Amino acid sequence: MAINKDSNGYTFAFAISLVVVVGSILAILAVQLKPLQDKNEEVKKKLDILSAMMDVKKKGNEIDRSNAEVKFKEFVNLEKAVVINSKGEILEGIYDAQGKVIEGKAFDVDIKKEFKDKKRKEKFRNFPLFEGEMDKETVYIIPVIGNGLWGPIWGFICIDSDMNTIKGASFGHKGETPGLGAEITQKFFINGWVGEKLTDADGIFSGFKVVKDGSGAEKNNGRVDGITGGTITSKGVEEMANRCLEVYVTYFNNLKKAEK
Amino acid sequence: MSEALENKKAPKEPLFSKKNKKLVTDPLTDNNPVTIQVLGICSALAITVQVEQGVVMGGAVLFVLVLGNLIISLLRNLIPSRIRIIVQLVVVAALVIIVNEVLKAFLPDVSEKLSVFVGLIITNCIIMGRFEAFAMANKPWPSIMDGIGNGLGYAGLLILVAVFRELFGSGSLYGYKLLGSNIPGEEWGLYTMGYVNNNMMILPPMALVIVGVIIWIQRSRNKSLIEEH
Repeated sequence: MAINKDSNGYTFAFAISLVVVVGSILAILAVQLKPLQDKNEEVKKKLDILSAMMDVKKKGNEIDRSNAEVKFKEFVNLEKAVVINSKGEILEGIYDAQGKVIEGKAFDVDIKKEFKDKKRKEKFRNFPLFEGEMDKETVYIIPVIGNGLWGPIWGFICIDSDMNTIKGASFGHKGETPGLGAEITQKFFINGWVGEKLTDADGIFSGFKVVKDGSGAEKNNGRVDGITGGTITSKGVEEMANRCLEVYVTYFNNLKKAEK
Repeated sequence: MSEALENKKAPKEPLFSKKNKKLVTDPLTDNNPVTIQVLGICSALAITVQVEQGVVMGGAVLFVLVLGNLIISLLRNLIPSRIRIIVQLVVVAALVIIVNEVLKAFLPDVSEKLSVFVGLIITNCIIMGRFEAFAMANKPWPSIMDGIGNGLGYAGLLILVAVFRELFGSGSLYGYKLLGSNIPGEEWGLYTMGYVNNNMMILPPMALVIVGVIIWIQRSRNKSLIEEH
């Protein structure tokens, strides 16, 4: 049986069958591994939240993937986590894509997905707020999401019990340039954010600025040192923090007023 | 079909004949894909900051290369020559996605560290080079041997470079602090005597220098490798 291997028919038949075989193998694999990957992402999210609260690598803490779940329960009380809307009001549940309030937990809100969904209206975004406890003081952890140079960047910002001072942060990225933009995950960049205040004495939020002149080293002046060679990523973090934090400032201000 | 015919014509070669062994040992020394053929330099520079990354990357390339060589070699008489490069590309891409998904599921930390570089295995010239130059023209068994040889040659060099870079750049090997710790407040080992890490080692240019030194040493030991110009 001689098949003309150079005929168009054979070439097409080969190409199509190859694609079908490869496609189905990959599809089966993806479906099989999905639960494991989802679990890994959940653990990673918990680890990120913990890294915003404390130095997880420091001696005495030493939190990694293996014990993140246990430590997370110790420091973060998910029962107290709330979801607020863009006006800073607490939601009884979460918004779905059409703006209907449905049942849901703060931890399950996928802000990455909501941020990417261009059809979703701004006012129907969910803003989760986690509450943690450290040294018998309540701290607040805010998830943030934005755009870097090559893809999304995200992070968690931990606010001290005064609902004003930044206590810590952890940033992540999908594919920023290694050595430049990717350095936003490093301690030296995050340290620039620690100690900055969300609002001035009157409770007005004026936002942060990533600067080049080194004036960010000073605390509590609204300036943070950027990364050399990572300008667009640094600006992305600035934009992300300002846009996301503003909503929470409204919420915190309302809380403070209620307390008075 | 053609496989059977070929087997009848020639007497069966032993699995570990001299020729087959040479396929494995050659790329480790005198025909190393990185130092001699200067392929795959890009990834050799990018992910050799830590030994662990080098090991995983080497392992991933080894896996893709061996399996890919086998698949291409089995299909070599079926692949239409006009679309052979595309077929090779599909095979590499599929294998790389499999590696990526498996890493994500079972070794999430490593997967995060390697991030984009796993995807870049597709563009690693060693793989396409071996498919086109060897697997398309050879039987499955020699192709597997060739894949193992080249994969190990690549991994070996990666690890060698990473050992230097991690030891002098971060003072550790495979994550173990060999030279002590330089965390402020809890220093021990060499760092208490004023030793500092060489930050240059962490940057990609030093990888190029190290690869260059390795090439230099290799060629000065074996003069036949030096090209005549």
